[in-house]
Amino acid sequence: MADIFVGALSLLGAIFILLASIGLLRMPDSYLRISVTTKAATLGIGLLLIAAAIHFEDFSITTRVMAIILFILLTAPVSGHLIGRTSYFSGVKLWEDSVMDDMEGKYHKATQELKSEDIVENENAQKKEEILIKKKPSK
Amino acid sequence: MTLHEFIFYIVIPILSVSVILILVRFLKGPSIIDRIIALDLIITTGIGFIGAYSILTNRPSFLDVAMILALIAFLGTVAFSYYIQKRNK
Repeated sequence: MADIFVGALSLLGAIFILLASIGLLRMPDSYLRISVTTKAATLGIGLLLIAAAIHFEDFSITTRVMAIILFILLTAPVSGHLIGRTSYFSGVKLWEDSVMDDMEGKYHKATQELKSEDIVENENAQKKEEILIKKKPSK
Repeated sequence: MTLHEFIFYIVIPILSVSVILILVRFLKGPSIIDRIIALDLIITTGIGFIGAYSILTNRPSFLDVAMILALIAFLGTVAFSYYIQKRNK
């Protein structure tokens, strides 16, 4: 009975890893590839390691497996965020069919400064005011 | 079909095929970011390999190596992203 569980879990984990690799190969954009990596690989590795824990039925091995899974669950989003941030700052282009880019115009490439939304909106409002003042000079 | 045959003939070949597919992306990857992602995913797949192999050979001590590999994958990604961001200044 335990063998069936181990086989099914390890097969599911391997299929998830295969899906992640196909996604990595087929996705059109670096950012989409990052999302594929961090989601599917975590689930695949988790299932494979849980299969190993069920197979050995030992307390020390189960704690080891839980430590590995917890570590991967903690670090995968962090590394995904870091690499996505780096790829945006180093100028990797978005996919041409991407719908929106929230950071467009808020990041200054030469000085590597990131402005928040409020500052950008205030500056735009000030520019509009100046343009209006220039258009209608006071008599 | 015993569990060992199942893992030897089905699970490990699937993992091998996925490593080959990731390797194609590693060689092709247009930007350096794609290569870093592919390297990260290869190491992660290696952890899965170690899990399957420890079931196959009944040796749980391989799982220690898996823990170290998980640590190295995270460290490598963080270091790469840090230095690429510094390089652009």
